[in-house]
Amino acid sequence: MDVRINQRRHKTLILACGALAKEILVLTKQSEDNVDLHCLPASYHNFPDKIVPGLKKEFDQRYDQYDQILIGYGDCGTGGGLDRFLKDYPKAKRLPGAHCYAFYAGLEAFDDMMEEELGTFFLTDYLVRHFDTLVVKGFGIDRFPNLKDMYFKNYKRLVYLVQDPTQDLTAQAQKAADFLDLEYVERNVGYGVMADDIEALTDQGRPNV
Amino acid sequence: MSDQDQDDIILKDLDDNELVQQMQDDLYDGMFEEVSEGTQILLDRGWDANMVLNDALVEGMRIVGIDFRDGILFVPEVLQSANAMKGGMGLLRPILAASGTKSSTGKYVIGTVKGDIHDIGKNLVAMMLEGAGFEVINLGINTSVDEFLEAIDTHEPDIIGMSALLTTTMPYMGVVIEELEKRNILKELPVMVGGAPLNQEFADAINAHTYGRDAAMSAELAKVIMGKNR
Repeated sequence: MDVRINQRRHKTLILACGALAKEILVLTKQSEDNVDLHCLPASYHNFPDKIVPGLKKEFDQRYDQYDQILIGYGDCGTGGGLDRFLKDYPKAKRLPGAHCYAFYAGLEAFDDMMEEELGTFFLTDYLVRHFDTLVVKGFGIDRFPNLKDMYFKNYKRLVYLVQDPTQDLTAQAQKAADFLDLEYVERNVGYGVMADDIEALTDQGRPNV
Repeated sequence: MSDQDQDDIILKDLDDNELVQQMQDDLYDGMFEEVSEGTQILLDRGWDANMVLNDALVEGMRIVGIDFRDGILFVPEVLQSANAMKGGMGLLRPILAASGTKSSTGKYVIGTVKGDIHDIGKNLVAMMLEGAGFEVINLGINTSVDEFLEAIDTHEPDIIGMSALLTTTMPYMGVVIEELEKRNILKELPVMVGGAPLNQEFADAINAHTYGRDAAMSAELAKVIMGKNR
């Protein structure tokens, strides 16, 4: 999915999970002439083994056209596979942490939350908006309601990591927690480390005047 | 009578071969009640519990495992099949335990490693191991190296299995293996590892004996380790 591809050749590409598209567009608004954004399907969230092949395909087409590439993924369940893959692509760098939850919350804060309660299920703005598609339908709970307990019996709480707070999303997140029978916790984390990394990247990519 | 009623298969009217085939189909379709009913019918007909287990349930799950590996079935469907198998196992387990055949293949200690609460895959492996005749000691989730060591002392297993779903927790498997190595246990106790983010490369890197890519394969490999592959 080409979210924003400029006509002229640019130095910087952000190649990201579709679940981050809206947030990255906000963060790159000031430098949209210098940064191209291309997204892979957000459904890969549930199929991490598709991430590296998906990126490889994109690199085959686009890698040589850019001076720097930010990979809008954490490890995201690839078991280190993404880092091993990126070793062969020195112009590319991924976001830190195991998941988007970590780079949104901040790595230390994320570890603290896990330390506090190992059975924490995280949602972001995107995951709240698409809870039915990615969790209820994605996990097959719509077809097999008995699976809900199987998946979530060891979880104790749902932490909603808020990027851009709205009453509607908060209500949806609370509803998701109720559906899963989990305690509801809300943390207003904004864009976290991703904002810092994108700022650093776009500063480097900005033409000297 | 509706069309569906007319199409309903009466399990007790099927002969043994048809019933076993139907049970494998029902297992594939995740039909808990039907698999339980079929299991009971075969037992009532005098079938040995081990035969019911192997011919109907394990064989059915083996087919499920193949179709999962080939991308025909997905996790929710496999879990429904596992749930259906659980129905049959619930009837067979007491019989197998009473006849003393449950430990005929070997003793297997299994747990999800420390920091990880995901147990669906691990429980699936445990069930397939039971199906393969192992006595399984399931340590549950968030299992520390001390808990693994204690279980080894207490149960003297033939194999130890570790599971992890998270990239952040899978390195803990290496911690356990290192500790076993330090205590000179590793050379005599094969360690199997598995979980969604793992691969053979990782298993080799942490010096695991065997990597099991899915539940059915893990049970087969465990039998190979015990020298009882068919």
